[in-house]
Amino acid sequence: MTTETLPPTTVSVRRPRLGPWLRVGIAGLIALAVVAGFLLADTNGYADFVVPLRVRRLVALVLVGWAIALSTVLFQTVTGNRILTPSLMGFDALYVLVQTVVVFAFSAQLLNQTDARVQFFLETALMLVFALTLFRWLFSSGRYELHVLVLVGLVLATLFRSIAGFLQRLIDPSEFQVLQNLLFASFTTVDEDLVWVTAGVVGVVTLIVVRRLRVYDVLALGAPLATSLGVDHRRETTRVLALVAVLVSVSTALVGPVTFFGLLVAHLAYQLAGTHRHAVVLPMAGLSAVICLVGGQFVLERLLDVTTTLSVVIELVGGLTFIALLIHRARRNLS
Amino acid sequence: MTVTAAPVRRTPITPSTVLVGGVVGVLALAVVSTFIGVSDMSWEVFWISRLPRTLSLILSGAALAVVGLLMQLLVRNRFVEPSTVGTTEAAGLGLVTITLLAPGAPLMVKMVVAALFALAGTWLFLRVVRTMPVRETILVPVIGLMLGGVVAAMTTFLAFHNDLLQTLNSWMIGDFSGVLRGRYELLWLVAVLVVVAFVAADRFTVAGMGETFSTNAGLDHRKVVAVGLSIVSLVSAVVVVTVGVIPFLGLIVPNIVSAMVGDNARRGLPWVAVLGSGLVLGCDILGRLVRYPYEIPVGTVMGVLGAGFFLYMLLRRPSR
Repeated sequence: MTTETLPPTTVSVRRPRLGPWLRVGIAGLIALAVVAGFLLADTNGYADFVVPLRVRRLVALVLVGWAIALSTVLFQTVTGNRILTPSLMGFDALYVLVQTVVVFAFSAQLLNQTDARVQFFLETALMLVFALTLFRWLFSSGRYELHVLVLVGLVLATLFRSIAGFLQRLIDPSEFQVLQNLLFASFTTVDEDLVWVTAGVVGVVTLIVVRRLRVYDVLALGAPLATSLGVDHRRETTRVLALVAVLVSVSTALVGPVTFFGLLVAHLAYQLAGTHRHAVVLPMAGLSAVICLVGGQFVLERLLDVTTTLSVVIELVGGLTFIALLIHRARRNLS
Repeated sequence: MTVTAAPVRRTPITPSTVLVGGVVGVLALAVVSTFIGVSDMSWEVFWISRLPRTLSLILSGAALAVVGLLMQLLVRNRFVEPSTVGTTEAAGLGLVTITLLAPGAPLMVKMVVAALFALAGTWLFLRVVRTMPVRETILVPVIGLMLGGVVAAMTTFLAFHNDLLQTLNSWMIGDFSGVLRGRYELLWLVAVLVVVAFVAADRFTVAGMGETFSTNAGLDHRKVVAVGLSIVSLVSAVVVVTVGVIPFLGLIVPNIVSAMVGDNARRGLPWVAVLGSGLVLGCDILGRLVRYPYEIPVGTVMGVLGAGFFLYMLLRRPSR
């Protein structure tokens, strides 16, 4: 798998037609255009009323897209392969489980009185502990081969969902209402309080990531090479997994689990970036995510007049892409 | 897996006595299951609700476990069963489709449509898997689960657009609380199919050894596989239509049995059927007692147990 993350040498042989930064710039322009379209189209002369309403949803969409893109690319860097994503490994389902456990452990009444933000931080903290323990153990020492990990992730996700479902049945029907409001968030209904808190969280995470971009480039070379280049692989991996856990908490808290979106966006970015440097790949992934999410929502809502089905479309396209990727890899390994 | 020092003394407990014990255990569970309930017991309650429920638990448990074994033989992979290759999801899609097209269709029609969809789903899975290199054991269930996810997304899409989402959720979680006289009889069809599987057990074992081998042994491989997959699809469809999805059952039971008595289908099948019934009965009783007088559907209980067992199977595998 490491050979796959090494290609800088081949890149210099076949010079890309457009420089990486130019590509990011173009993606940025498209993203801006999509955002403008999302905000300003079809206002029917009520712009001062409609636009502020849309801003909140826009911010949520951008946050979610950015968080998923960043977390997926970073996760693929530290795990050293391009098939695994946090959501495939059950991160999203784990967050749903944590939310359920919190409602189960504390009464819904208590939760109603506490701030949504306090709750978010509590859940994120729990999520960090769980995710780090679990995934450190799974990924440490590389004891399982890739396909086993994928399957383990899928089954873990099912397990988390089932336990959550089981606990949800144990919760009082009235308390379940509270939980349902938490769990069935979607791209159209987003909690206002949370948007701004999570914006802050994502901002901080992005800053941390920006300061360590070069470290991630080294991490992508694989553990032995990274260690010989003076990077503490184990510590950095733990840190990245922690950042990923936080980002997944953010996106899941805002819109619920989205399984395949990260995979789509990350692969789009690898194709479009023309380089393997994180300084280019990460913004490219983030921008692609924004274009897909905001643009997708725009097209579905305004042009096709269907709502809240974006996640289903992503699931369909993403699932098929994933199957294609797997078969492609398996055949290549064979030849 | 037998201990090599065995010739010293043959253990007095033969497999068949254990099997008899298993049957007795299932009967005991069935009696317990019949007498658990919120309403007071009367003959009326017994005939209309309790007995049908217990019978359908036994039937669907045995059938799903047997079907799981069948699928594992035919695909030659330990990790497959209807709910990990998209068969169940396809049946669900069929159910939603027919409900949308002809809401008043009789149960029988719904079942046939669901079965056809299940068959198509299984066939699609096999086509995709055939393009893969044979050695990729782990990749087979991964692709199956993914295909299931894609089909489920289509179902959700359809259901969402027609305000069926809630109904869909209640359909897709295996639940026996709605079983009443007159609403479960389709499951007897499943019993017939299980008998067919018993009769043809040897053929399936041979077919499981591969196309070349079975052709050499004088078996029409394609026909056996076709019959096997039809049984799998029909059983999945009937169970989905009558009680909903009971995930992983067909995965857990055959794997336990093959660890106990080996891979011979004829020897394993009675065990698989008995253990399957017992497990579903047990899970249902558990689901009814944990939060008495409310019920936790058996599908949810099995989801937790089954996923846990699947993980155990994966992680205890020797590493490279």
